[in-house]
Amino acid sequence: MEGVQCDYLSELDVVWDRSETLTEKPFHYCPGCGHSVMNRLLMEVVQELGIQDKTIGVAPVGCAVFMYHYMDIDMQEAAHGRASAVATGIKRILPDRFVFSYQGDGDLAAIGTAETIHTVNRGENIIMLFINNGIYGMTGGQMAPTTLKGSITSTTSSGREYDRHGYPLDITPLISQLPGASYVTRQSVDTAKAVRKTKKALTKAFQFHMNGGEGVCFLEIVSNCPSGWKMTPIESNEWLQDHVFNHYPLGDIKPFPK
Amino acid sequence: MPEKQLMKGNEALAEAAIRAGLKGYFGYPITPQSELLEYLSRHLIDRGGEFIQAESEVAAINMVYGAAGCGKRVMTSTSSPGYSLMQEAISYIACGELPCLLVNVVRGGPGLGTIQPSQGDYFQAVKGGGHGDYRLIVLAPNSVQEMADFVFKGFDLADQYRNPVLILADGALGQMMEPVTFPDYNPEDNLVDHSDWATQGKPASRGPNVITTLHLEADKMEAVNLKLQEKYRTIMANEVMIESIQTEDADLVLVAYGLTSRIAHKAVELARNDGLKVGLLRPKTLFPFPSQHLAVLADQVTSMMVVEMSAGQMVEDVRLAVNGKVPVYFQGRMGGVIPQPDELLKRIHQVYSSSSTQVNS
Amino acid sequence: MKHEIVIAGFGGQGVLSMGMTLAYAGMLENKEVSWMPSYGPEMRGGTANCTVIISDQPVSSPILNSFDIAVVLNQPSFDKFQPMVKPHGYLLYEQDQIFNADCRQDIHAIGISATKEAHALNNKRAMNMIMLGALLGTNAIVDIPSVINALKKVLPERHHHLLPLNKQALKKGQGIIHQVAEV
Ligand SMILES: Cc1ncc(C[n+]2csc(CCOP(=O)(O)OP(=O)(O)O)c2C)c(N)n1
Ligand code: SF4
Repeated sequence: MEGVQCDYLSELDVVWDRSETLTEKPFHYCPGCGHSVMNRLLMEVVQELGIQDKTIGVAPVGCAVFMYHYMDIDMQEAAHGRASAVATGIKRILPDRFVFSYQGDGDLAAIGTAETIHTVNRGENIIMLFINNGIYGMTGGQMAPTTLKGSITSTTSSGREYDRHGYPLDITPLISQLPGASYVTRQSVDTAKAVRKTKKALTKAFQFHMNGGEGVCFLEIVSNCPSGWKMTPIESNEWLQDHVFNHYPLGDIKPFPK
Repeated sequence: MPEKQLMKGNEALAEAAIRAGLKGYFGYPITPQSELLEYLSRHLIDRGGEFIQAESEVAAINMVYGAAGCGKRVMTSTSSPGYSLMQEAISYIACGELPCLLVNVVRGGPGLGTIQPSQGDYFQAVKGGGHGDYRLIVLAPNSVQEMADFVFKGFDLADQYRNPVLILADGALGQMMEPVTFPDYNPEDNLVDHSDWATQGKPASRGPNVITTLHLEADKMEAVNLKLQEKYRTIMANEVMIESIQTEDADLVLVAYGLTSRIAHKAVELARNDGLKVGLLRPKTLFPFPSQHLAVLADQVTSMMVVEMSAGQMVEDVRLAVNGKVPVYFQGRMGGVIPQPDELLKRIHQVYSSSSTQVNS
Repeated sequence: MKHEIVIAGFGGQGVLSMGMTLAYAGMLENKEVSWMPSYGPEMRGGTANCTVIISDQPVSSPILNSFDIAVVLNQPSFDKFQPMVKPHGYLLYEQDQIFNADCRQDIHAIGISATKEAHALNNKRAMNMIMLGALLGTNAIVDIPSVINALKKVLPERHHHLLPLNKQALKKGQGIIHQVAEV
């Protein structure tokens, strides 16, 4: 904050600072990408709950593959689709740690579908974060299982068609039906208000396990991919609000057990 | 003296794993190794470990990856088709240098194949199996006792070198019963402290421990490879294990590992009864391979014969070691058929007479 | 001394546990032993067999293609293992299960009506132990008390009241062979 010169703020009024749980490494995500917000939120929550020394994360294969560069906690990078199995292995060996997995839609809902369903079905005591941006970001914008009808991707050049490509896989409500899921919610990070709601959900999920709660906390974040969608960040957020949230409605799908 | 028990190979291996301090087992049913999974499902949790029957071999091996990354003793076991499914993660585990124990109770392939014993997964086991330049330490037991002994050895080697260790058995070794005694082994005396690299939660006193195998810059990835190769060279220099039977005066030496080494041993006995000077060299480690021992033997014998339940996969390694000094013959069966002692004896007579005529002429 | 034995029959006739009991008894007498079963789907309804080796020396191959003694409980096993018995070896068969007992002349082929004898003992499951007794009658491979001790280990506690019956059956089988030998 040194060197800030401003009429209405004194040097002591810090309004935002990088959490100590974030490293100094700049994010590699494209400008306006929801991954940046989610990476930061995660570490803010870990910081605020004081569980940096007890949290172990699992990174996916996808745009968030390098998230362990930014997070100042112990982390493992999993093979494509297997983050929840890796998280299972960690949690079973170190049951007093807080373990989260973080996956995109191709990772969690295509190649890793079996691991996703079975991890939830076993009711592992972990947090599963699912960043649904409707596309394969890292590999250059191919169709994802969650891609909506008509969306143009590099493998659906005239838009996704149901009869050719199948329907968008709405996996989160499916997940919520499993007894192993204790908390299932769908949130977003497209507005400041949405970010606050997501942070609250994330905090509650960690607190749930800190207080001895059992079962998976599953958080879907309906997010954007300005690069893959070929939009500006603002356009991509408007697209979310106008075209995506009606297909993937936000809110708690399965509240915490009483 | 510790008590002798009559056990199946699969069960002896499982019991040994518990005694070696196993903290996590992750597996999926497949014949002929299911007794291993079943035994651990009954006994591991009560004796201090976690057990998961995973939804697939893919999930199981990725659980092993996560758990091994915590620096504790963990393992999986499977049979051939399941082992094929695990290859991607094994490559990650080798690159991430995560110590763990893998078991392949091999059955006849390719494809769904048969559940009868085979050694057709030799290439996959000793040359890597998955993508990239990596090696596993590969131990090849040939008795129920060794199915147990190699578990202790395997965990110790895995910890010492931070390398996955594979026990390469076969259906017959898994199913047969022999007496076994378990050594006095206190895991606490043998555990290695992995807290300097393992993900166990980051205390304020150190930076984060990260397990990753991704290094996009080619020179960084090459450095990782060079370090691995250096480690493999150390392993090759220090960890070769063999058994040699009546090789001192032998003209013909059989080379066989695992179950076939037992049958070859019988054939050696029969051949000696017939007055032929035949011996047996058995690699107990397939990686590192006993190339030096074979090279030395090649100066003494007139020929060698590899016996395998495969199309002759180990022949390549024996020929490389022998480097053209003597002919290397092969006798084997495939697809789950076990070579019989008398069929080996017949071939020994053939080879013996043809190589002695070669020498004489 | 080394004894190389195969026991074969239908899955469910108890041939695997018979072999296991024998191997266990050998181990209790501090001998080297191995038990190698056939396994897999062929056992369901088909034939099951196990190779048992009991020896003073370490066992080399647990897999064999010639045997000192074959105990067979059905026709397919009789046909399969007859050629694998060593000259002067024994082929013991359950008489009522074998319809065609044509056999080589250079081995001792002995039919035993174990099922009938078991009925006489009021327990048809004793058939196995009669055959095992017969096996021990050909050769003192292990002592009957060792077999009983092995059964104590192999059988669940709730079946231990059957031990005296098993002992009787073993002796019965042994006696049958001894009689044949005297004739
Ligand atoms: C990769 C691989 N792993 C394991 C197996 C072994 N395997 C064959 S069938 C089977 C499970 C069969 O279960 P189910 O679907 O319930 O069919 P069922 O046989 O009971 O009718 C397994 C694990 C295999 N063939 N391939
Ligand atoms: S490609 Fe898409 S998902 Fe990936 S970083 Fe860029 S905007 Fe984010």
